[in-house]
Amino acid sequence: MKRIEANLAPNAHAMNPEILQRTVKVLNSEGLHMRPADKLVRAAVGFQSTIELEREGQIADCRSMISLLTLGAMQGCELTLRAQGPDADVAVAAIVQLFESQFNEP
Amino acid sequence: MLELQGIAVSPGVAIGKALVFDREGYSLAQCLIAPELAEREWERLGKAIERAHKNLESSREKTTANWGARLGDIFSAQQQLLRDPRILSEMEHLIRDKRYSADYAVSEVFAKYAAAFRRASSSFLAERAGDVHDVERLLLEALSGKPTATIRQLPHEAIVVSHDLTPGETAGFDATKVLGICTEAGGPGGHTAIVARGMEIPAVVGVGNFLHNIRSGDEVIIDGHLGRIIVSPDDATKERYLQRRRARQSIAEQLREIRDLPAVTSDGIRIELMANVEFPHETQACLDRGADGVGLYRTEFLYLGHDSEPTEEEHYQAYLRVVRDMQGRPVVIRTLDLGADKMGMVRPAEPENNPFLGLRSIRLSLRNPALFRIQVRAILRAACAGDCRIMFPMVTTLDELRSARFLLRSVSEDLAAEGVHVPCAVQVGMMVEVPAAVLMLDRFIDEIDFVSIGTNDLTQYTLAVDRSNDAVADLYQACDPAVLRLIQRTHQIVSERGKSTSVCGEMSNNPAHALLLVGMGIRTLSLAPAAIPIIKKAIRSVTIGQCEAMAWRALRLSTAREVEAFLMNQLAGLVPEIVLQA
Repeated sequence: MKRIEANLAPNAHAMNPEILQRTVKVLNSEGLHMRPADKLVRAAVGFQSTIELEREGQIADCRSMISLLTLGAMQGCELTLRAQGPDADVAVAAIVQLFESQFNEP
Repeated sequence: MLELQGIAVSPGVAIGKALVFDREGYSLAQCLIAPELAEREWERLGKAIERAHKNLESSREKTTANWGARLGDIFSAQQQLLRDPRILSEMEHLIRDKRYSADYAVSEVFAKYAAAFRRASSSFLAERAGDVHDVERLLLEALSGKPTATIRQLPHEAIVVSHDLTPGETAGFDATKVLGICTEAGGPGGHTAIVARGMEIPAVVGVGNFLHNIRSGDEVIIDGHLGRIIVSPDDATKERYLQRRRARQSIAEQLREIRDLPAVTSDGIRIELMANVEFPHETQACLDRGADGVGLYRTEFLYLGHDSEPTEEEHYQAYLRVVRDMQGRPVVIRTLDLGADKMGMVRPAEPENNPFLGLRSIRLSLRNPALFRIQVRAILRAACAGDCRIMFPMVTTLDELRSARFLLRSVSEDLAAEGVHVPCAVQVGMMVEVPAAVLMLDRFIDEIDFVSIGTNDLTQYTLAVDRSNDAVADLYQACDPAVLRLIQRTHQIVSERGKSTSVCGEMSNNPAHALLLVGMGIRTLSLAPAAIPIIKKAIRSVTIGQCEAMAWRALRLSTAREVEAFLMNQLAGLVPEIVLQA
């Protein structure tokens, strides 16, 4: 079974301590396509925190389908997940879980 | 008059006016508004978004009901695009700060993303451009209040001409209005081809660049038998095709009269005519034409044109519907036959030099047991609802057959352990498509219940011809004596053990070939639902002795050309009234 490669320690230096950061990896064979993006957006809108994904300097708002798709994240791609706000810890856990479970896609 | 050659993917002839869908050609005049109207324009857009959202919701429900949740989900993802905060804020900026009209803002923002996706190096992004475009059109329609011509809602009967069709477009086809389909891109295993065949709409794909040579309203003929399209035909050409169509109509009327009669030779030998289907809803066409069952249910449709693998439940629902609809008639489900020209989500890690000799079909399934198990579980569950049989494609070695059977047994045990009811005996068959399987069939035969000959691949592998390769396609001849000998040998070995052989390749769709197969001893043919009436007519017009004499002579000829000429001659003598169409 493939496992998520998560950077468990928050990247504290030079960051606002309120921002939680993780590295997530796209495990789905077809990358971050329409359906996973759909699920990410649905998850993200349920939190008060701002949630972003970054790939090679390009930042996507997790509430925006189009910006997630624009990342063009293929399988194996590593993304930096950032969340800031009152429920940032729960949000990060939920998003990490989505990536780990391959968005519940078989 | 302009004549173009493409790939014939769905038979039939269509004559009508073209409706050209050009992705790039859909543009709006730049239109600015007075500053005091900006707020009203923004509200107008908000209302249009609501309407478009409702519209998508009804498309989603309709598509889910007709084609399953996988295609329906395309629309739910499109709804997400419609409410995308980034798109909204960009449109708001254009309307409020730059005084764009709502229509202009929509077109500007969506076109920007569609273009960016198309330019992207990854193919999955490029495909998303189609979804973005769909949403743009929908929103523009909602704004203007009048529908622009979309493929989903054709204003009149037309021949759809396009560069390519997105899954969303083909899923929403109105079969009563689409007379024919012609696309610049696409291949025989592609989405458009599958949908067109399923809906029995004549289609030619892979024509190459020609959209600059055709305009909406031009008269077009699509010849789905020869893969030809004719733009603005001259009078003589049009008359020729009209004549063929009239002749076909009169044949069709005769065929309707025998619809409810069995396929029996005039001396009383019953031939089973089963149907080849790709979509669950095709069971209606099978029943309408009096099919004796489904002889080949291709399951690739579940994988093609989707973003992710189908779930066990999606497999199960599709199979269950077919098994139930067929009301106790046998349904043979072929496990996944992906690879080579038909690619779904599972792809080999490296591009293959010889995909037809590569990781495809049963090889691909055995290499991906997790995926294979999902499908087999669904088939076994569906088998509780009727006479459902399982068939493995492209089996080449006995090891493959045994591995597949082993997996089948272990899945069956798992289901039983989970308390899921599975039938104690499901018939298991293999497709004979590789010469090696014919040569070794006496070893396979005791480990299977039935055999189905896939003449398309058998011809390709026997004659070493890739029929999608123009340079050698003429060498592809199903009636080559070498292929006929393999069919004969297969039938002989199978019948010696008291088991049954069916033929499910394209040969079964051709009346002359079908009579030859009957003469060779085959008693079950599986064919396109649309071809059942004409094959039934041919069978009812002959005696078994005539077929046997025909086969005896044909098997003594030495070249494909001789066989073909002989068979056509025979058919003209035996069933003259259908020869026009043959």
